Amino acid sequence: MNLKLLNKMKIYIKLSLITSIGFIPFMGNSQETIYPSSAQKGITAITHATVHVGNGKVLEDANVVFENGKITSVGQATIPSSATIIDAKGKKVYPGLILPSSDIGLHEVGNGVRGSNDFLEIGENNANIRSIVAYNADSKILGVLRENGILLAGVAPSGSLIEGLSSVVQFSAWNYEDAAYKMDNGLYINFPNYSTNPNAHGPASSLQRSNERLETIRQFFNDAKAYLAEKNHVSTNLRFEAIKGLFNGTQKLFVRANGVKQMLLAIELAQSIGCPLVLVGASDSYQIAPILAKNKVAVILEEEHALPSMEDDDIDQPYKTASVLQKAGVLYCLNDGHTESRYRNLAFNAGTAATYGLSKEEALSAITKNTAEILGIADKTGTIEVGKDANLLISKGDILDMRGNQLEKAFIQGRDVSLDNKQKQMYERYKFKYNLK
Amino acid sequence: MKKLILTSGFFMSFLFLKAQETLPINGIRDVRSGTFVFTNATIITQPNTKLEKASILIKQGKIVAIGTQISIPTDAQVIDSKGRFIYPSFIDAYTDYGSSSPQNTGRSFNWGAPAQFKSNKPGAFAWNQALHPEINVVEQFSADENIASNFRSNGFGTVFTHLKDGIIRGTGAVVSLGKKNDQLLVLKAKAAQVFSFDKGTSTQSYPTSLMGSIALLRQTYLDAKWYQTKPLSEGLNLSLEAFNSNQSIPQIFLAGADKWAAVRADKIGDEFGVQYIIRGGESGYQRIAEIQKTKASYILDLDFPSTPDVEDPTQARLLSLADMRHWELAATNPGVFEKNNISFALTQDMKDSKSFLSNLKKAISLGLSESKALEALTKTPAQMLGVYDQVGSLEVGKLANFIITDSPIFSSKAKILENWIAGDKFTISSADYPTFSGKYTLKINESNYQIELSKDLKLKVIGKDTLDGKASFANNTVTLSFAASKTSNDLIRLNGNLLGSELTGTGFDATGQSIVWNASKVSEASEKKSEEEKQKSNDLISKITYPFMGYGNEVQPAQETILIKNATVWTNEKDGILSQSDVLLKAGKIQKIGKNISEAGAKIIDGTGKHLTAGIIDEHSHIATVSINEGAQSVTSEVRIGDNLDPEDINIYRQLSGGVTSSHILHGSANTIGGQTQLIKLRWGTNDEGLKFQGADPFIKFALGENVKRTTSMSNNRYPDTRMGVEEVLVDAFDRAAEYDKNMKANPLLTRRDLELDALVEIMNKKRFITCHSYVQPEITYTMRVVENMKKQGYDFNINTFTHILEGYKVADKMKAHGANVSTFSDWYMYKTEVQDAIAYNAAIMYNMGLNVCINSDDAEMARRLNQEAGKTVKYGNVPEVDALKMVTLNPAKALHVDSKVGSIKVGKDADVVLWTDNPLSIYAKSLYTIVDGVVYFDREKDAQMRVKISEERNALVQKMLNDKKSGAATKPVKPSGKALLLCSDHDEQDENHTHESQTIE
Repeated sequence: MNLKLLNKMKIYIKLSLITSIGFIPFMGNSQETIYPSSAQKGITAITHATVHVGNGKVLEDANVVFENGKITSVGQATIPSSATIIDAKGKKVYPGLILPSSDIGLHEVGNGVRGSNDFLEIGENNANIRSIVAYNADSKILGVLRENGILLAGVAPSGSLIEGLSSVVQFSAWNYEDAAYKMDNGLYINFPNYSTNPNAHGPASSLQRSNERLETIRQFFNDAKAYLAEKNHVSTNLRFEAIKGLFNGTQKLFVRANGVKQMLLAIELAQSIGCPLVLVGASDSYQIAPILAKNKVAVILEEEHALPSMEDDDIDQPYKTASVLQKAGVLYCLNDGHTESRYRNLAFNAGTAATYGLSKEEALSAITKNTAEILGIADKTGTIEVGKDANLLISKGDILDMRGNQLEKAFIQGRDVSLDNKQKQMYERYKFKYNLK
Repeated sequence: MKKLILTSGFFMSFLFLKAQETLPINGIRDVRSGTFVFTNATIITQPNTKLEKASILIKQGKIVAIGTQISIPTDAQVIDSKGRFIYPSFIDAYTDYGSSSPQNTGRSFNWGAPAQFKSNKPGAFAWNQALHPEINVVEQFSADENIASNFRSNGFGTVFTHLKDGIIRGTGAVVSLGKKNDQLLVLKAKAAQVFSFDKGTSTQSYPTSLMGSIALLRQTYLDAKWYQTKPLSEGLNLSLEAFNSNQSIPQIFLAGADKWAAVRADKIGDEFGVQYIIRGGESGYQRIAEIQKTKASYILDLDFPSTPDVEDPTQARLLSLADMRHWELAATNPGVFEKNNISFALTQDMKDSKSFLSNLKKAISLGLSESKALEALTKTPAQMLGVYDQVGSLEVGKLANFIITDSPIFSSKAKILENWIAGDKFTISSADYPTFSGKYTLKINESNYQIELSKDLKLKVIGKDTLDGKASFANNTVTLSFAASKTSNDLIRLNGNLLGSELTGTGFDATGQSIVWNASKVSEASEKKSEEEKQKSNDLISKITYPFMGYGNEVQPAQETILIKNATVWTNEKDGILSQSDVLLKAGKIQKIGKNISEAGAKIIDGTGKHLTAGIIDEHSHIATVSINEGAQSVTSEVRIGDNLDPEDINIYRQLSGGVTSSHILHGSANTIGGQTQLIKLRWGTNDEGLKFQGADPFIKFALGENVKRTTSMSNNRYPDTRMGVEEVLVDAFDRAAEYDKNMKANPLLTRRDLELDALVEIMNKKRFITCHSYVQPEITYTMRVVENMKKQGYDFNINTFTHILEGYKVADKMKAHGANVSTFSDWYMYKTEVQDAIAYNAAIMYNMGLNVCINSDDAEMARRLNQEAGKTVKYGNVPEVDALKMVTLNPAKALHVDSKVGSIKVGKDADVVLWTDNPLSIYAKSLYTIVDGVVYFDREKDAQMRVKISEERNALVQKMLNDKKSGAATKPVKPSGKALLLCSDHDEQDENHTHESQTIE
């Protein structure tokens, strides 16, 4: 725990809060004693804050009250006298950020450690693979992400052709069953490559092979549809059983695709199945924004902080793709796929989008409300509205900008979440060694 | 028409007067004088020298007389050449004709595969398999009639041939394309020595990179010189011996089409007093001043890109403007060389040699003069190769090598009829049989047909319905076929010869009955104007820009006097942040800082509400270079990034847009002691030398940890494989260098100069400085100790900078004591094992410990946002904003020893500044202007205009390609443009032939 931060917090946080920070470990403890929070007790009220609702609205000097993990009032309503008050005057309150697409919990060390890889199963068709069962709720990465306001994430296998089922997890949990926020919400597909550009969209591949792979995918869904139309089976097909939801509206199809051809073919595929489609990656989506809007295709932009794919492209193209989608009325959200900073800069991806065409509130929606809608959890989270889970952040300043982004508190389902992590502890450890303030 | 071209040619198989005396003859000798005289011809004896109605007399394969009034010996065969044109046969100065060159020399470096450290070639030869100056192609040369006939059909009579393989390829020979015994074909046995950058079929690991090839060449020059002292330690080295003796002949360097490669090759020559003839430079027109500066002669091919099929817009998008322009402009290259007085020969060393002559005509239509074209195919190559006394012009005493054409050779319809080589006739194509074309009355049985045969062998059967038939000429006979009537499918087929004025022969009528036919001429064929090719417009759309690509400028931006008014100025000096202040940039320097400055004639930039900072300096970058890693050995201090800069990397421009003005281009992290680095200024549009930051101290890259011990390889056999070994590699390297330093001082003439050790000695004598890739605390500590221990041997130096240094916070005190600078990432973590303890507070701790802290990119994208990365030190550890900005400006300037020139806004420093829209540490800040040396290299408004221009020019070129396709041009699928992005751990070169095996670890 950052002592300086803690001291400042003490000034702002009223006495009654001590109970809830009682379990936050002090210096010298390792990450293993950063505990998942227990259920919210009583009523909590964040007061006098600038509330960024997530839907575009900003409420000045507003209160957010929550009880039993749910938001009970937002705005200027009277605060129940029994409420624990957190005075957030001069601070900003945001919905918890949601990372839409990741391998968190499946992939601990980025490179060179085979033992830490649990995201890629053998075989071309892994439709039945479920990311949630391998999800490591004790991943060391989570603490860093919480510190950066990310409280929920979509987790998916990756690498094969039909990659498997994704789930949404929350970041304060003892185990995967605790963590599951929405299980098996979608099937991930890695769409065959239809680009001959070796730089932008992976290695150049033969179009013939791509056609064969696409045919494999199409046949799989046709066979699944036929199989699922029949209730009684002599032998069970685990792959078909796993994707029932695609045919009854409870699952979405997530397709990793970047090129225009890939994306158009993916739309065709989803329409033939009759399921909602989410394009993941979609670096060229700005070229077909009206088509995406018209066909109600959602988009997860993998990484704002990327180089343009072609030399002649606008030098800031990836930065402004979000605003193109916004203007065209596409439902989209932002991810942070950067492999070295490991997801922590989600808010700054949104900040960049705000610098290049989005309003700040639109940029915020792109990492909260829109994401929740795309992942199918908008009934529970994504905005600060009555009835939703109290997934909240309190920041000293603008979280989209590194100059303002200083998280002071975070709540998942009303539970006061520790913002401590190994990095902060190492910071403390060496400040101690060097006798630094 | 093609049917007339007899690619195998005819050949007279007798011997001239003197037979080969050592050669026994099986049978009866057949000796002839070989005396021919060609009369009434137009003879072009050499470029710009034309004799009309002249004769040329040849005997025994040589020219005996030439002129308008020569006496004709009685035994001469007189060939009336009225209407014919005679030129010297062409000379190709770069081939592998008749050699045993390998077909496929493609190579790729496999990061994971075991290394091969020694040459596989048995014998007393060079240590490196790619060096074989001892090979003389003449010892393996054997004429190859198939290939020879291909050359001859394009008019060539003589070629230079060599073994196309390796970096030093040995000597090539000048040989005749005749059909004689090999002994008689060699004009010059060792005509030139040939070099390249490409190690070809060598299986040895070293070198893996372009800069490695360059270093290997430089070292070989030094070794060869040293070998002349007969060093006992070397024993016999046949390669060095040969290399030394090859120095007296011309030196040809295969650089390739890329203009920068030509410049690179020439620089190697400059260093060792050798002027190479450069094979390559086909993109030279894009940078003709630099090409001219090499003072080299060139051997250019005419391999022009065919029209890309751009109908599919998603494919068209993959083609860069640069490649589109090259499609349009490639054929202008020889003309541009001519205009700039650059000597060049032409070669058909290209993928499709069949297009050689048509491409030559295209080059002529785009500016190359006919006389220069001829010179480039005759005199110039002959002189280059030292055989102008034998070939290259039509003069008495020279070989009877000439071609006979039916019209001036560069006219569009010209055909080469015969190619005479050393007095031997090779028929290339038949003449048009002017007597053969015409209108005839054809009699078959009792029927008469009116037919017309055109000069280009088109057959028409004239009647109520004029029908097209087929005509061909092969094996000296005419073949005709046509349908008996419009409604019939049955063909009449005829074959015959021109006897007298009558075509006659045998055939079958439509019913299959055997017939005899004859056709008597009625009149000449109607001189139908051959469908003139639509006069193709030679209006060129493409612009020449600097660099030659999108976002290049037609005129290089110039230094200006610029007055920035009323800005918030982050000085990085004692004054801190000045509000509402003016800064004057003049003559490339910061001239004045203050309020209410005025300067007549200055360009005024309104800085109201804007922030002005010093330009960003990236301590760790890998842009603007062709290769990054020489990974074959653990110590490669001999290689230099500066040898292979790429001034046309779009990332230079992209990073300017992020306020970067200087970048330290580092060797990668593939080995413990990597290569020499290069500090550059982002002067967009300049050449490689222009990029270099002049007067800066030289640096070198070291690396520790996982990349060096090749953790991701399952079969590493390169020492070291542990951190323990890494430490010993360092100890050993400095120890070797100390011994070398001693020997060099004691005995400079007899000591082998070693480029690898030279660099280490420079380090030890504080003339070169180390930036060391490092992660975990033990390796950081032992590296400091290793160099500190060198004090015992009298060398007092240190690690100048630890880069990456993600566990630097653990040993900040030790580094402080050692005196190292540190350069780190703001928030990278958990991307491999050795960064599990990486923390975002690293920079703040090191800062608080008083270290000079830099934040670097090592990432072409992130370099565009280094200001924000510095801003993160405010978030992680509360570094004051003024000091945070210094981490990407003044601090790297200090670490790189250039803080007297850049890094702050101070009078007298270089005018390297950025004007931002917002607080520079904010994510909302965009640069409006990025200025280097007082030159505006990035201007956001101009950028918007350039985007429009790029799209307009692309569109115009796409339309031209589509029109080409519509009018029947052959197209090929789009080959995506672009260079791979190099990473710290990459072994890729930016070469389309190499497979890309990116390792995205840092």
